[in-house]
Amino acid sequence: MNILYNRILGGKTGVRGLLVMAIVLLICIPCALNPFWVNLVGKYLCFAFTALGLALLWGRAGILSLGQGLFFGLGGYCMAMFLKLEASDPISTKIQSTPGIPDFMDWNQLKHLPALWVPFKSLPFSLFAVVALPTLVAFIVGLAMFKRRVGGVYFAIITQALALIFSLGIDGNQGYTGGRNGITDLKTMWGWDIRTRHAQYILYFATCLLLLLSVALLQWLLSGKMGKMLAAMREREDRLRFSGYDVSMFKIFIFCVAAVLSGIGGALFVLQVGFIAPSLVGIVPSIEMVIFVAIGGRASFFGVIYGALLVNAGKSLLSDAFPQAWLFCMGGLFIGVVMLFPNGLAGGWDWWCKKAWPFLMPAARDRSVKQPAAEFAEVSTKGQNP
Amino acid sequence: MKHSCQLNDKLHSKLSKLTAALTLAGFFASGLRAADFPTGQIDTTGLAVTDDTVTVGQLHSATGTMAISEAGSIESERLAIDQINAEGGILGRQIKVIVEDGASDWPTFAEKSKELLEEDHVAAVFGCWTSASRKAVLPIFERDDGLLYYPTFYEGLEQSHDVFYTGQEATQQIIAGLKWLSDTKHCKTFYLIGSDYIWPRTSNKIARKVIENDIHGRVVGEEYYPLGTTDFGSLINKIKLKKPDAIYAIVVGGSNVAFYKQLHAAGITSANWTLLTISVTEDEALGIGGENLTGFFSAMKYFQSLDNPNNKAFVAAFKQKYGPNSVIGDVTQAAYEGPWLWKMAAEKAHSFDVDKVVAASGGIEFTNAPEGYVRIHDVNHHLWSKLRIGEWQDDGQVKVIYESGLIEPNPFPKGYQ
Amino acid sequence: MIFGYSLSDLWSIFVMQSFSGLSLFSVLLLMALGLTIIFGQMGVVNLAHGEFMAMGAYTVYLCSTIVQRHCPSLTPYYFLVAIVLAFCVCSFFGLLVEWSLIRFLYKRPLDSLLATWGLSLILQQSFRSIFGAREVTPVLPNWLMGAFNVTSTIQLPINGVFVMGLTLVLTLGIWFFLYHSRIGLNMRATVENRVMSGAAGINTKLVDRFTFSLGCGIAGVAGAAFTTIGSTGPDSGSRYIVDSFLVVVFGGMTRLVGTIVSAFGIAQGQSIAQFFMEGTMGKVMILLVVVVILMIRPKGLFASKIRS
Repeated sequence: MNILYNRILGGKTGVRGLLVMAIVLLICIPCALNPFWVNLVGKYLCFAFTALGLALLWGRAGILSLGQGLFFGLGGYCMAMFLKLEASDPISTKIQSTPGIPDFMDWNQLKHLPALWVPFKSLPFSLFAVVALPTLVAFIVGLAMFKRRVGGVYFAIITQALALIFSLGIDGNQGYTGGRNGITDLKTMWGWDIRTRHAQYILYFATCLLLLLSVALLQWLLSGKMGKMLAAMREREDRLRFSGYDVSMFKIFIFCVAAVLSGIGGALFVLQVGFIAPSLVGIVPSIEMVIFVAIGGRASFFGVIYGALLVNAGKSLLSDAFPQAWLFCMGGLFIGVVMLFPNGLAGGWDWWCKKAWPFLMPAARDRSVKQPAAEFAEVSTKGQNP
Repeated sequence: MKHSCQLNDKLHSKLSKLTAALTLAGFFASGLRAADFPTGQIDTTGLAVTDDTVTVGQLHSATGTMAISEAGSIESERLAIDQINAEGGILGRQIKVIVEDGASDWPTFAEKSKELLEEDHVAAVFGCWTSASRKAVLPIFERDDGLLYYPTFYEGLEQSHDVFYTGQEATQQIIAGLKWLSDTKHCKTFYLIGSDYIWPRTSNKIARKVIENDIHGRVVGEEYYPLGTTDFGSLINKIKLKKPDAIYAIVVGGSNVAFYKQLHAAGITSANWTLLTISVTEDEALGIGGENLTGFFSAMKYFQSLDNPNNKAFVAAFKQKYGPNSVIGDVTQAAYEGPWLWKMAAEKAHSFDVDKVVAASGGIEFTNAPEGYVRIHDVNHHLWSKLRIGEWQDDGQVKVIYESGLIEPNPFPKGYQ
Repeated sequence: MIFGYSLSDLWSIFVMQSFSGLSLFSVLLLMALGLTIIFGQMGVVNLAHGEFMAMGAYTVYLCSTIVQRHCPSLTPYYFLVAIVLAFCVCSFFGLLVEWSLIRFLYKRPLDSLLATWGLSLILQQSFRSIFGAREVTPVLPNWLMGAFNVTSTIQLPINGVFVMGLTLVLTLGIWFFLYHSRIGLNMRATVENRVMSGAAGINTKLVDRFTFSLGCGIAGVAGAAFTTIGSTGPDSGSRYIVDSFLVVVFGGMTRLVGTIVSAFGIAQGQSIAQFFMEGTMGKVMILLVVVVILMIRPKGLFASKIRS
């Protein structure tokens, strides 16, 4: 019981955070907003998965990846391939010259389903691939880079190049991937229509629950030795290495976890939005995912989720009202957060709890608790590995 | 896909004859009074229609990479809507526009179209430009039963109950142009070039069939470059090596400028080469610079220099609103037709209900179209239109040197797929 | 006769193909030069590099418009002045950015990367607001257009030759500056050991500021030169950025010679790949090769042996 409380739920603060988030996501948002906006929030939450992975990777381990869109895309494409195959049964595609294959393949004169696609006829395999494929790619990339102690800026730029290659590769192989248009017009999952309002509510709640579960899992992961190792690694990697630990394996593991989270986010995105395209996996979306994390507070799991929600909602609302101003805002946010509030929302909240609130309410001073997230946030600004 | 547009043909032709007379009457007596059409009758599906206004949506990219191309469409749709309002609106109702920005990003297009249909309940949407953005919004329009007027020439292979395509589909733009090349310029070998996405690829596929089966020529090369490429050195060398009779180019966006500049610099000019493109309008020519295009050919349905009274009035109105230096390309003109076609269909149907507007649309003729005359196909939601071939001049305008007859739209061309 | 082509045909294609490889090489090198200086000397990743190039290009466009409007007779000459002006504008702006932004972030390279990305977004939108969303091209002097007809079949585009010449001059200039001048010496000393340089009396902060502004200025010149090849739009900067970074990373980031060799390798590879296969796949191929090599030699071709 104690283990459950302290490790999985993250002690007092963790429980409080999870509870607040659960109330916001599961009760406040569905009650307060209309179905259109609930679906939008669901879409934002898919990006929150990636943000969660980045919080682990960047905030806790000090490794910045600018290519998380690659994993988001891998997960998304695995899911979309399954859905597309289900939507392209011979009856609904009878107008094509080769019925029974996805429409874009027919447009590209393919006569048979490519071998790559065949396994994706099965839902269990597709779901397995959503998790396995990002892990595999992350493992290979991580193995190559971390074993040779590549980090910091090099790693950031190489991952960025990977995201570019992935999106260009999809673009260039239209017959197999749908090209620039992506995979569109997805309809059902095992006969269950994902486009109805009812289905979208169910998907929204599933996303929320999965997200909360992921947070709990990450907390469990970090509450043990792994958490200590990460902190040690970020602060003095060489000392950890001299103590006999294989630092690179930790990094590879963390990178894989972040990749899997992104992949799951991508798959859920496809279910809720109904399509995937290379424009979601290239360089720009990958960097946007980093801003969610920077704004939320790079080391705080709750912070980055709120960050993803806020930035995306801001984008939707602002780009309506002032289409021209959106990029200014986004750019300003990047600079402002980095220069003035390196700890983002979480840092601000922390300052409020620790300094402002006790100052205003002296009685509350002794009740104020030290938050682990704050500790991480503080050190994280002191810099990367030298 | 729905197929409710396939009405019983006989009934349809009778209906259209009957209603054509009605429309004509309505057209001359423009400024129908709102009082004659109670809101409850003309809107039975909960659209944003009041006693004196009707709300429509406009969904283009005002920002991002596509903003360059879509600017003209945004402007001409506004112009058409303003003109309609000045004439008294539709069924006595003034058109109100909700402008949304797709930001050159397909998920944003999907999100905004959903907002327009489910939040704002607009009666029609004028928008989208790239195929990708249309594909992204299409399922939403079909599910929510919206109405989209799509202005761009595109690859075909699509026909939706909820979309009207005011640009040309691929066969309209390609077949006549290639036959013209073969007949008058005696071109038999072709080099096909495109940006790497579905429109150039599908168009070149059709072009290849036309070249091989109809004019008995040969394709000596077919190549695609990523959008935004600025280095065409290797391609130009390959063209020089293969020495085709004609280059058939479907390069789009920012690559265009680099492509034509480098062709020019490498000595591929109209003096000894023939080049036909279906992707360069006056809009693109502005960036490319007339001197790099001189003597090359473009095939499309509209050019700013078309000599007819409709077009003169349109160009004058456009320039008055957006400045004397503005240019008008094919898509800009097609976008201008959207609001007018919708107005005619709604007034013919005496309703804003999407299903009734769609049912009334088949056979509608737009005689005041700047391109001269267009008619909505009875069944497939595309337009009958002509193909023109223009020769580029130094000043970035074209001289029209060929004009076909009205071509039937055929989005699913048998034998060309 | 080989594959139905005559030998002279093949020869002239070979010459022109080598030329287009070389001209791509100079384009890539020009893009990467400024970046190498800033990254190699200061460790700052400037993601707004592409926007500085666009700024240079817009400077040329502005000059061209002014010349066209007020004294069209100067058209043949203005271009050279415009290039110098592009350098001045960009390096001044670089100075401003260093002073207001970068100098606070030297200890946090990843944060400087994010801040410059933010800067690039702001610059893009400013370009769009000022110059409009359409792509623009300056009116170029006639002597830049056309081609040298070496033989009847071999034509070398003048703008390509011009960019090559400019690259050569600029590279030599930078090399001379870095290795044979007092300021260059200070810059290199600061890279090797910041604390010791400071102790030896070098104002390292000033050196940093100067380096950053120099790098931005060179980016401006690169952008100005590219107006002869392509057009300029608000987001053309983002088109260049990945290529330039790959060149720099591939070359080992810190040394000039590494950047030159890597630009040469990538350019020739891409140009040959695109000759033998389709454009998109050629590009993907070359990117993959670069990334695979980077995975085997993560610090690039010419890693500096300095201990960090």
